Amino acid sequence: MTVHQTLPGDETSPAYNYAYLDEQTKRMIRRALLKAVAVPGYQVPFGSREMPLARGWGTGGIQVTAAIIGPQDTLKVIDQGADDTTNAVSIRRFFEKTADARTTEATEQATIIQTRHRIPEAPLQAGQIMVYQVPQPEPLRKLEPREAETRKMHAWAEYGLMQVKLYENIARFGEVTTTYDYPVMVNGRYIMAPSPIPKFDNPKMHMSPALQLFGAGREKRIYALPPHTSVRSLDFEDHPFRIQSWNEPCALCAATDSYLDEVVIDDQGSRMFVCSDSHHCETRRAAGHRGAMLGDAAASGLVASEESTS
Amino acid sequence: MATDTLIGAGFTDPVFQSQAAFRALLGALSEPGTLQAIHGGIAPPEGLHAATATALLTLADYETPIWLPPALRDGPAGAWLRFHCGAALVEEPRRAAFAVIDGAALAPQLTDFDPGNDQFPDRSTTIIVQCAAFHGGEAVTLSGPGIATRREIAPAGLRPGFWAEVAANNAAYPLGVDLLLAHGDGVIGLPRSTQIGGAA
Repeated sequence: MTVHQTLPGDETSPAYNYAYLDEQTKRMIRRALLKAVAVPGYQVPFGSREMPLARGWGTGGIQVTAAIIGPQDTLKVIDQGADDTTNAVSIRRFFEKTADARTTEATEQATIIQTRHRIPEAPLQAGQIMVYQVPQPEPLRKLEPREAETRKMHAWAEYGLMQVKLYENIARFGEVTTTYDYPVMVNGRYIMAPSPIPKFDNPKMHMSPALQLFGAGREKRIYALPPHTSVRSLDFEDHPFRIQSWNEPCALCAATDSYLDEVVIDDQGSRMFVCSDSHHCETRRAAGHRGAMLGDAAASGLVASEESTS
Repeated sequence: MATDTLIGAGFTDPVFQSQAAFRALLGALSEPGTLQAIHGGIAPPEGLHAATATALLTLADYETPIWLPPALRDGPAGAWLRFHCGAALVEEPRRAAFAVIDGAALAPQLTDFDPGNDQFPDRSTTIIVQCAAFHGGEAVTLSGPGIATRREIAPAGLRPGFWAEVAANNAAYPLGVDLLLAHGDGVIGLPRSTQIGGAA
């Protein structure tokens, strides 16, 4: 029976349970997940636990991943699209340590993708599970601070306030100025916060073949989108929902259809646009796509040169 | 009789067997109508299918009251669940977090269980419906979240009017009970979000 793992050099005493959480906590989270899947977009309260990192650093996503992960899984963790930033590296190492998890950076090889604020550019496949880290699960919270009131608004589908907010945006600025965490209507019933992904990613949620799970550790909520669920970004007939677009392609891989980050590169205010999804960008460069600034970046050692990637 | 008092074994490897079983249940409820196999590796007590016993062992504990038909509650199945899950066995269907019913039995109705309330629809009962087979019954077409277009199932051994009850359950969405059809070591999920149509 392999219930416990041991710390190196301390083979005698059990350290912690597989995937860190105890079995009763996993059962509680699993029950919440099943109810979340049965009512897409509804936020199920759960007993969020203390984790060995601060709330706000992905504890909700980590608890969801810990409750679902098993020896058959391959885990990918991204932070703002990148596999190699602090939060992603820490969480990946956490599961390598506590669950002997097989990890990958390749989107298509992963069975579980835990993400902070991006959906990978490569299309998700049936059988994959997206786990989102959510700071604020309540889309109405900035409009109505009282939980007792927002709960009633969801119960009665009383969503006029959200439409008014979007309308006021249009009246003042001529367009909806929300660019991330853009509210969506799920299965025609619940308004849901898609987590702070750019609105560029919202269309990828609609009818996705992958299961999508959302965990908010500090706010103690879990919600879900089963595969093939309708996810409509809120808009008006005369102001249809639009995603971001850029005037130039990715400076490294010349992609024109991916979400680009703007990077300031010197004191004179010069800037470059690069793919936020690091694996997507690397895959394209390996396939021979060359952006305008790839040579400079390779020369200064910021990305692998063409010789070493091919 | 000696067999009445003996309680069979539960999971031999609780961490990984419950994880695998949970993923099957998650698959069942997120893709309604697909047949998922639960390999718990346990010998279920008399009256419970292997899938039913494994699902309860995976999900139930002291926080979740279970409703069983009286014959099972007072028999080995009740003792087995009390021992392995530590769960309370309740007599009123409405108080149960999980319930096991025989698909062919005329009572209790789905409406006898807790449908949740409008502010907390997640507090509803999850009902495991034990049926005679997954083929050969009345065919129904499923649609809704988790189903790309339509999916057809025809489980056998369900009481007359069962599908009308399931359709009425869906009509109360987002309230309602969530169903798991169980037979042998297989489950089919029917969450409240699934719409029921006649045969194609």
